[in-house]
Amino acid sequence: MSEPRLIEISPVTRVEGHGKVTIHLNADNEVDEARLHIVEFRGFERFIRGRLMWEVPVIVQRLCGICPVSHHLAAAKAMDMIAGVDQLTPTAEKMRRLMHYGQVMQSHVLHFFHLAAPDLLFGFGAPAEKRNIFEVIKEKPELGKRAILMRKYGQEIIEATAGKKVHGTGAIPGGINRNLPVERRDHFLGSIDEMTEWAQDAVKLARDYTLEHEDLVAEFGSFPSNYMSLVRESDGALDLYHGNLRALSSTGEMLFDQVPYSRYHELIVEDVRSWSYMKFPFIREMGPDDGWYRVGPLARMNTASFIDTPLADAALKELKAVTCGTPNNSTLANHWARMIEVLHCVEKMRELLHDPDLQGTDLIATGDRREEGIGVIEAPRGNLIHHYKVDEHDQVTYCNLIVSTTHNNEGMNRAVKDVAIKHLSGKEQITEGMLNHVEVAIRAYDPCLSCATHALGQMPLQVELFNAEGGLLDSRTQCV
Amino acid sequence: MSGTKKETGFTFTIDGVEITAYAGETIMEAADTAGVYIPRLCDHEGLRHQGSCRVCTVKAGGRSVAACTQPAAPGQAVENESPHLTKMRRDLVEMLFHEGNHLCPICEASGNCELQAMAYRLDMTETTRFPYLEPCRALDASHPDIALDTNRCISCGRCIRASEDVDGKGVFGYVGRGIHRRVAVNGENLADTDAQVTDHAISSEVCPVGCIIRKRVGFVTPIGEREFDKGLIGHEIEARRK
Repeated sequence: MSEPRLIEISPVTRVEGHGKVTIHLNADNEVDEARLHIVEFRGFERFIRGRLMWEVPVIVQRLCGICPVSHHLAAAKAMDMIAGVDQLTPTAEKMRRLMHYGQVMQSHVLHFFHLAAPDLLFGFGAPAEKRNIFEVIKEKPELGKRAILMRKYGQEIIEATAGKKVHGTGAIPGGINRNLPVERRDHFLGSIDEMTEWAQDAVKLARDYTLEHEDLVAEFGSFPSNYMSLVRESDGALDLYHGNLRALSSTGEMLFDQVPYSRYHELIVEDVRSWSYMKFPFIREMGPDDGWYRVGPLARMNTASFIDTPLADAALKELKAVTCGTPNNSTLANHWARMIEVLHCVEKMRELLHDPDLQGTDLIATGDRREEGIGVIEAPRGNLIHHYKVDEHDQVTYCNLIVSTTHNNEGMNRAVKDVAIKHLSGKEQITEGMLNHVEVAIRAYDPCLSCATHALGQMPLQVELFNAEGGLLDSRTQCV
Repeated sequence: MSGTKKETGFTFTIDGVEITAYAGETIMEAADTAGVYIPRLCDHEGLRHQGSCRVCTVKAGGRSVAACTQPAAPGQAVENESPHLTKMRRDLVEMLFHEGNHLCPICEASGNCELQAMAYRLDMTETTRFPYLEPCRALDASHPDIALDTNRCISCGRCIRASEDVDGKGVFGYVGRGIHRRVAVNGENLADTDAQVTDHAISSEVCPVGCIIRKRVGFVTPIGEREFDKGLIGHEIEARRK
């Protein structure tokens, strides 16, 4: 029997932002508690107050350097509502959708190839110096090239629609500030076939990994949960830009369906816990113990009735077949779901690029001013809620943001605990590989812990061992 | 140009370039006509000269003078773009950034802002040497069509002169002294004045930064189509050069 220990992983690597994991081992080296802590505080909800409503989509996107478009568009949708615009012009809606599909594509590609692929290709316990994108490029040069060029394609779509690859200004209250010139359209159409082919290959890669590692995927950080996302209003299809809320239980029972997202606060409550800056949302009717849910690519695959693009829909059917049509509860299946969404985005972009509305000149709609606006979008990491109130002087008086990673807070914590119990319990010695298992579980959610730029390269992972009295027993630092 | 002016024309040089000027013209006016750009912030076409920002400082006859107020003199050798003057101008602009709260990434004037454009022109790219003062200034959004974000004000006084001399209103004026000098409105807040969105003082051309805001315009002009997306500040004047 040894002394109780506290293991700390800080910061967690190859995720966006900073967080840490603490694992409490008792005297028998069994895991008593394991938690993911969010150690940064941003304060956007407070300092946006007093700013002018049309500035909001530009200011709040600074939450994130990876998927700023999500915040830009969710805020713009909320401001549409405040501007009294319930229906955008066709050009505005399609330009925004194109922007969003470009973003989801580049973000998912970044996560899968640059951040997660080293774990999947080389193994969770592979030497730390091997687990990075440069080793992926070295060992699989064609894969590495595709990763870079697919991300570039998505980023260029964002630039064409928002004005900049990161932190553009395209979406404005009531519409968009530009259309897509034919030269840009033709440029994108020139490589859309290649993108489609590569996206299909990426789906195959993720699917094969999932099926070939069936036992690992089934047990690794997997547990039943509820799922929530937007689905298309008319038919429940996957819709990343707009729709109504749908939630399912782990067995597929409909918890609520086709609820307008402006009523999100009737359905969801946020719990606060003293050890993390991130809140814990849950479904109000079910309470915090049973009402927590997961969002993101796998959640969307679980909630969507189908996908309205043929290649992605075929891939979805294949994923659903694994669990006989019931929700898939395997955390690692998120990677497969993520690549299906990349394929869906590429198909949607092709559809849009052939649509002459993108060259339309009717960009902005107007309406009767309202005091409150709610914008919800399916961001790469899951459902994203922006809620604002604006006074008669056009100044923001209230802001509430529920970001995808917040929705997944309970899920990530459970995944951390599950993996810690399975891979650390009863072990005297901490190995680097064991710790990476914990991080792999977190990474599967592609969390954006501070909505900041992700770390790549010399990112220190510090692990410290404390005895029950808080004395430092051992420490280790690695660079990933 | 009048026949009288032509008769009284004379020449002087700016950085060795011969410039023709006429009696009563300032160094800056003659330079503008000849297509030689002298950086400036408080000066604006159509408004009386003030000479307060000192960004247009040139060396004339060995002395540092404000080109916007100093009359051109026959045979004078004026120094404009020397490393010393460029550094001095860069320092002035850098201090303006430090004195206010200029958050270019989220400012709707970005791309149209003369302060930002001047920083680019003067190559203000190095790590800052001065502490940010981070003043706490309120945003006045009381007017239905205009907002005033004095966090971004550089006290150039262009709105004051435009309101007094062009609009005949006196909506704006200076208050305080020294570093505490600020542009203020003639009332409790902007809604309490007779400012109108159609006033010359409210136009985006008069305010060089994002302080005076015409409401609900914001980011309607996309990136790439903003004033200084087309070229460095002063490019239109330099295009006149033969």
